[in-house]
Amino acid sequence: MNFDFSDEAKALGEQAMKLLGEKAGPARARAAMADGAPAYDAALWAELAALGWTAARVPEAHGGLGLGAEESAQLAEAAGHHLACVPLVSTLIATEALVLAGSGEQQARWLPGIADGSVIAVAAWSEPGAVTPATVKTQAKDGKLHGVKAPVADLAGAHLAIVAAAGPDGPQLWLVDVAAARVEPVETLDLVRRHGRLVLDGVAAEPLGTPADYQAWLDRAAVILAWESIGTAAAAMQMTVNYAKTRVAFGQTIGRYQGVKHKCADMYIKLELARAHALHGLAMIGSDGAELPQAAAAARVASLDALQYCAEESVQLHGGIGFTWESDCQFYYRRSRTAVAALGPRGWWADRLVRALEQRNRAAA
Amino acid sequence: MDFNDTPQEAEYRAQVRAWLAENAAEYREPPAEAWKLPEFIRQSKLWQAKKHAAGYTGITWPKKFGGQGLSPMHSIIYGQEESRYHTPSGLYSIGLGMCIPTVFTHGNAEVIERYVSKALLGEEVWCQLFSEPAAGSDLAGIRTRAVQDGDEWVIDGQKVWTSFAHASDFGIVVTRTDPSKPKHKGLTMFIVDMKAPGVTVKGIKQMSGGSDFNEVFFDGVRVKDTHRLGEVGDGWKVALTTLMHERLAVGGKPRYAPGYETLMKLARGVDAPVGGPAIEAGDVRQKIAQTYINDQGIKLTQMRALSALSRGQVPGPEQSISKVVVAKTMQDLASFALDLAGGDGFVAGADADPELAKLQGSYLGAAGLRIAGGTDEILRNIIAERVLGLPGDMRPDKDTPFNQAVTA
Repeated sequence: MNFDFSDEAKALGEQAMKLLGEKAGPARARAAMADGAPAYDAALWAELAALGWTAARVPEAHGGLGLGAEESAQLAEAAGHHLACVPLVSTLIATEALVLAGSGEQQARWLPGIADGSVIAVAAWSEPGAVTPATVKTQAKDGKLHGVKAPVADLAGAHLAIVAAAGPDGPQLWLVDVAAARVEPVETLDLVRRHGRLVLDGVAAEPLGTPADYQAWLDRAAVILAWESIGTAAAAMQMTVNYAKTRVAFGQTIGRYQGVKHKCADMYIKLELARAHALHGLAMIGSDGAELPQAAAAARVASLDALQYCAEESVQLHGGIGFTWESDCQFYYRRSRTAVAALGPRGWWADRLVRALEQRNRAAA
Repeated sequence: MDFNDTPQEAEYRAQVRAWLAENAAEYREPPAEAWKLPEFIRQSKLWQAKKHAAGYTGITWPKKFGGQGLSPMHSIIYGQEESRYHTPSGLYSIGLGMCIPTVFTHGNAEVIERYVSKALLGEEVWCQLFSEPAAGSDLAGIRTRAVQDGDEWVIDGQKVWTSFAHASDFGIVVTRTDPSKPKHKGLTMFIVDMKAPGVTVKGIKQMSGGSDFNEVFFDGVRVKDTHRLGEVGDGWKVALTTLMHERLAVGGKPRYAPGYETLMKLARGVDAPVGGPAIEAGDVRQKIAQTYINDQGIKLTQMRALSALSRGQVPGPEQSISKVVVAKTMQDLASFALDLAGGDGFVAGADADPELAKLQGSYLGAAGLRIAGGTDEILRNIIAERVLGLPGDMRPDKDTPFNQAVTA
């Protein structure tokens, strides 16, 4: 039984937690909210690219380190924990698509740039009026895409977009050179991470894999994003626990009251359930396991639940100060909405989980 | 990452599997009729003796106490393999899981010699006498008294929730020996003969209708000082040794409890209140998903622990979430499924559908499971205090002499 991260992945995660603890975090996130602030922290991006974080998942043949999804998960968790203002998680899930479904030529064209940090890649599945990844209106016709994708995380500054659009055989992924499309900013609830609108009025695109690959990518992206949410949720919990140890009311620290400590315990319970499923997802990605669809959907739902609960109760347990603009609580609270928007709502993923269980039952029968 | 055994583990598993195939064949199916107590005891003793002869008892115990001196993984692998059979189980789990390790950790050479090997062989059954009517979550609030009389002690008081007391030969009992000390300080533990004069055992009928526990009354029961476990006044420390073992034992979803598969099956056969098959209703699917996330999440969390054990490491603190999740999930699933079945979910007894009857049993049982071995509330305290490092609850009686604290 070896159901845990490898020592190498843990070491990378520790490095990321340490560096981002110094160079990211709530104070940097607050600076990023300011009018006229850059779309992302370019100096930090250059530093983490130099450390090989964007190269981690890229095969060695394309200038990468050839590591697995475990390493991406560790990086995503650290980025989520410290609210890092870099397009790292977007690039990680886009990399996952290229590694999974890219042709040799597509990989050779894009992956070396991702590895050295010169290419920022993002995933664009969301559309105005489309609630789930299953329903896309953007259409491919004669190798050109027609439609609008929004909100797209980290679009400003991105070079490559992995776009979900309907093809002849159903929804699938397409590669779009962002320079060829129109990019507009979109205001969202998240004031730290920039989102954009990708206007595709006959923009040239190449199919990336098949409709089945799109479904497989959704599972893989869900697992990586689950780790990002776990990181953010853990940070909200940690901040709240620390506050409960120092804030005094009625003559004692509030952490002594069961009304407070039981909420903290529930944060921990939800986080550990999410961790268990997200780890299962990584085990299935690593072994091409048949249980990936159920593991990924469970990781997605459990991580959204954990993040939402930790974010909401963190404001609640901070009391009035937690509701102020100056408190860091708002970063986690708002980020819990970002996490939902990143890959479709909880309800859709819960249903996808049950469909995966039904499929497995049919296969066993 | 993988879920595979190491080569050594695989070898042990194969050996266990082969032995069980040959020796547990009669337990492949559940007994046609549930065993009554005397038959259950007879079957348990036969099976324990057989296991003992083959070297599958006391797997993690030191060899000098008759054990095998193997790792926790060996014990877990044996347990996983035996659980594929319907062997008589439970009679020795408290005695060998909790009582005897306490005896060989804290007892003197004479009692170790007298009791340990007979218990391991299954000849004598043990129970654990801790909880009292006024000492449940607040376990140190023990009022059963032991007063020294020469080289003996005289015990008076009452214990409760004692599993298998009616089938037991001996027990370990926590008593108050010095009421003038604060409550954690004046306790002492003894080995007591359950057949001694003055011991009375009475069954408790639970709200579920079953009867798994007892009340035990002590009326001038005499115990030799040689049967003391640990120093006088050290009973709390000794009891913590015992409870450490309990926390490992009370964990995942009980084998009998229905899970998400039961709800999926049920939902395929009934209509949703709003019309159409229930399996297509959004709320039903959300419930299936949530139940899977909770139950499977705990299973996976246990695999994280097994991975640590397999590497010879101590499992992480995440194990502490198991029971608090499992018990409430079991209750929520059962109430949801019974609700879905409408009136049929309410009809019990001979007219009940067998699947629904199982859910009814699970609904009633879950209410007890949320209390047994640490209530939901105490377990949340433990997570908050020991894992997250929050301060302990206010305990006004902590430093007060027990006989001056408010006890009513």
